[in-house]
Amino acid sequence: MAELTYRDAVAAGIAQEMARDERVVFLGEDIGAAGGVFKTTVGLLEQFGPKRVRDTPISEQAILGAAMGAAMTGLRPIAEIMFSDFLAVCWDLVANEIAKIRYMTNGQVSLPLVIRTANGAGSRFGAQHSQAVENWAMAIPGIKVVAPAFPADVKGLLAAAVRDPDPVLFFEQKSLYALKGEVPDGEHVDHLGEAKVLRQGKDCTIVALALMVHRALDAAAILERDHGISCTVIDVRSLVPLDTQTILSEVVKTGRLVTVEENPRLCGWGAEIASIVADECFWDLDGPIVRITTPHQPLPAADQLEDATIPSVERVVREIREKID
Amino acid sequence: MNTTVKRKKAAANEDDIGRDVRLELYRMQVELRYCEKRAYDLFLQNLIKGTSHLSLGQEAIAAAFGVAMRPDDWTFCTYRGHAHTLARGASMAGVLGELMGRECGLLGGKGGSMHLTDVTKGAMGSYAIIGAHLPVAAGAAWSAQYRGTEQVAVCFFGDGTTNIGAFHEALNFSVVWKLPVIFVCENNLYMEYTPIGSVTAVEHPAADRACAYGLEKIVVDGNDADEVYRTAVEYMGRARKGGGPALIEAMTYRHSGHSRADPAKYRPEGELDRWLERDPLKIYRERLLGLGIVEATLKDIENETLCKVDDATATAKASPPPSLDAIAKNVWADGGAAWRN
Repeated sequence: MAELTYRDAVAAGIAQEMARDERVVFLGEDIGAAGGVFKTTVGLLEQFGPKRVRDTPISEQAILGAAMGAAMTGLRPIAEIMFSDFLAVCWDLVANEIAKIRYMTNGQVSLPLVIRTANGAGSRFGAQHSQAVENWAMAIPGIKVVAPAFPADVKGLLAAAVRDPDPVLFFEQKSLYALKGEVPDGEHVDHLGEAKVLRQGKDCTIVALALMVHRALDAAAILERDHGISCTVIDVRSLVPLDTQTILSEVVKTGRLVTVEENPRLCGWGAEIASIVADECFWDLDGPIVRITTPHQPLPAADQLEDATIPSVERVVREIREKID
Repeated sequence: MNTTVKRKKAAANEDDIGRDVRLELYRMQVELRYCEKRAYDLFLQNLIKGTSHLSLGQEAIAAAFGVAMRPDDWTFCTYRGHAHTLARGASMAGVLGELMGRECGLLGGKGGSMHLTDVTKGAMGSYAIIGAHLPVAAGAAWSAQYRGTEQVAVCFFGDGTTNIGAFHEALNFSVVWKLPVIFVCENNLYMEYTPIGSVTAVEHPAADRACAYGLEKIVVDGNDADEVYRTAVEYMGRARKGGGPALIEAMTYRHSGHSRADPAKYRPEGELDRWLERDPLKIYRERLLGLGIVEATLKDIENETLCKVDDATATAKASPPPSLDAIAKNVWADGGAAWRN
């Protein structure tokens, strides 16, 4: 095991796949010579050369269109959209083209491509560079949606996404880039569609994603230590495919479900999980399902305001104490 | 840089193209015309539902490129894509069957008129969101460049597409990466109902923008199959050898409205009649007769094509509707639609 940052795990995952398969190519804005605006792709241009690591103009439609055209003709591209907010300017490619062409052509076209993007709040960038938009992607049939919380998952799930025959939107939480963690040595490939139980408890099951996984773990430790509330914490990791079996089986054990979501309230991914749990294990629940989300509003920039807007450890502790205790 | 390129026309009656290719150009135009007229008849019989966008009057462009392209080249076209898909050799019964929502359709009834695709023939899809497929064609061209296959991607679109962002992104991107992609603007003078000239800053919506991307200004007579064919051969050949993209504006006119719902009453009186005089099939038939090809040869092509259309129609009509099992198939590469365990 080597210790890597979440940031370095991105480059490690891409490098592992590019070294293995020369059909893997990488394109995006400032990804090559500059090594990425978040320095997530440092060294790839030097290692794989300008034919495979290509800087693009600021043209998100061209980036995703090129990835799609390349994928349908035999390459396995990785495209970077610098901030997930920018998906809005190329959403046609995601929602109408990439997600639908296999279905519309009755399976004639395969799109083994990955769209990587920096998602989420915590960097004081304001309303257009901080959104958590994984729920936008989850609403579109035909695209897989992955959001890792730990460096090992960044590398392993990114490798799995590159090898997957379907298009994958890969959300990296930008305030986790400095996080360090153990990453297995040698080739590391994970599986899409598997949630992970990170902590077992008996009173409540907390389901979280990306940055919120860390908040949930910290809250669970405080709840246990200071309040005698014992929580299971599940890292969803992949919204599509969704590992409902892991979630349902843990909720049955604790009788309570709490989702912790960074996306704004309406139609956040937690609503879908709440709906599934209500449908399929309602009689195992001991009380109402609790959704802890960012309020349904744009994000402010100032540090005090941003911190008070997205779910904090303190808020998770407070809401669980109020509603579960 | 040339300011206007219409030089292909000057040689129109010279025999540089050859009898066999010319007969194929004629046959292809006849096939596209007859098949789309049949599609229109099937609408009137309510055998085709939904919408449909015909290329009647614009066949020379799809036909000429179809004949000029290598079998492993790629076509990307729009929702007005019946002709371009047929011109790559896609099954006519598959096209009509798809329009009729039958099991034998190219897409098993799941795509419909606006998404005709036959990957086995290099027909890489018909795209129904304006502009979307220009960057996709660039991506295919990137793949050809990367693998060194000398394949070319040809991307057809209408005049209205030149005012959307994806057009400009794709052009700049393709030039910077020197990609083997040919962008073909079929300027039929109307975006949908509105004349393109009334919403565009320049006279030639595609060609007048070419200089912004360091490209040659190319305007051709899109109703003259020879002129389009020569242009296609020249610029595809150049792209194959690493010469980069081209943007070709082909002037043409659709004989019918934008879609089946449109009677095209917005057109000034007499405009259609003037363009019917310039019907690509009429022009080409007269040219072939002038070159000494006998009437009987052309009649044979027309009769054989009509039989082909009749056969395809019968096959499509005989095909059952798709099985309801098809609904949940092919969302994912595993063939299914599961999003959870």
